[in-house]
Amino acid sequence: MHDAATHDDSKGQYFWVWGALLVLTAVEVWLGYKQVFEPKLMLEVLLALSVVKSALIIGYFMHLKFESALMRWMIVLSVLACFIIMYFFFFPDAGRILRLGVK
Amino acid sequence: MADATLQHDVVGHGVAGEYEAPLFGAYSKKVGMWLFLASDSLTFGALLVAFSYNRISNPAWPTPFAVQSITNATIMTACLLSSSLTMVLGVFAAQRHDRAWTRNWLLATMIFGTAFIVLHGMEWSHLIDEGMTPFSNPWAPTVPQFGGTFFTLTGMHMLHVTIGVIYLGVIAFRKWFLPALAAIWIAGYFLIPANNVFHYGIHALGLGLIVAAVILFLKPKDYDAHDVEVAGLYWHFVDLVWMFIFPLVYLMSTKIV
Repeated sequence: MHDAATHDDSKGQYFWVWGALLVLTAVEVWLGYKQVFEPKLMLEVLLALSVVKSALIIGYFMHLKFESALMRWMIVLSVLACFIIMYFFFFPDAGRILRLGVK
Repeated sequence: MADATLQHDVVGHGVAGEYEAPLFGAYSKKVGMWLFLASDSLTFGALLVAFSYNRISNPAWPTPFAVQSITNATIMTACLLSSSLTMVLGVFAAQRHDRAWTRNWLLATMIFGTAFIVLHGMEWSHLIDEGMTPFSNPWAPTVPQFGGTFFTLTGMHMLHVTIGVIYLGVIAFRKWFLPALAAIWIAGYFLIPANNVFHYGIHALGLGLIVAAVILFLKPKDYDAHDVEVAGLYWHFVDLVWMFIFPLVYLMSTKIV
């Protein structure tokens, strides 16, 4: 539980989050444009950076960090579970097409 | 802020035991928006998965985004990230009942959002000029899925940003926003050349105008800090989705000369 006074005092943290998001974006663009890694590793690195960025947005900008524990867990776990199910349904199949050499 | 209000409600109610604290510790509008965003994230999740599925299973996937496109997309990303900051400042202003600054920050958010839409529209027009359609593309004739998945994914996101700008306009300016929206709609229709896809795409604003007018006239109200906060949740979500579209669609398809 959090009250309005504490929020106003910590306005500066949102500027830090904004700065961090811009820096992370710059890093992503640099990695992508210089093609630092081979594609598969690049995808993993870019997605990892995106997950960090989205965690910052959800936690601070969308304020989920300051909501009740029940709401935090309900939302994060239910959405994550759906994504994991989607992942396991589709991606093994996408790779299978590659291995079978279907053109 | 929300918690403070809820505690006041407990005190104001007076009868001990009759007030039941909300399950999620937040007011229902906010929980409702979170539920909507959870479902919307699955919509985008499905579109992103569809894009990635096609990307992985087609080794000949085109990489048409040269330095100009990447620069453009990076500026668009910076616009959205900055709009999220101005949105947060708008929520703070609303919580301290500063109406003028709430309006100013929301307007700044809308300007960043509009800049995003315009830049993205230019990017789309550029790709269409090069011969890309939802069914074919000039770079990889054997991979017609590129156009379909690209336009669906980015188009859906662009629609969300447009709805977000209208939503914020309604919250910030209420019925005074309607004439401005109508003016932009009509001006856009006449100023955008007829061979550009946005000559017709701008009619999305006409639909937005009708929906906003129905809401404002059927249920006129003075939007408070909670409404601003809930609108902010939607806006940050649109920003969040772009954080995945940008690397997956653009950075994984850069054209290095």
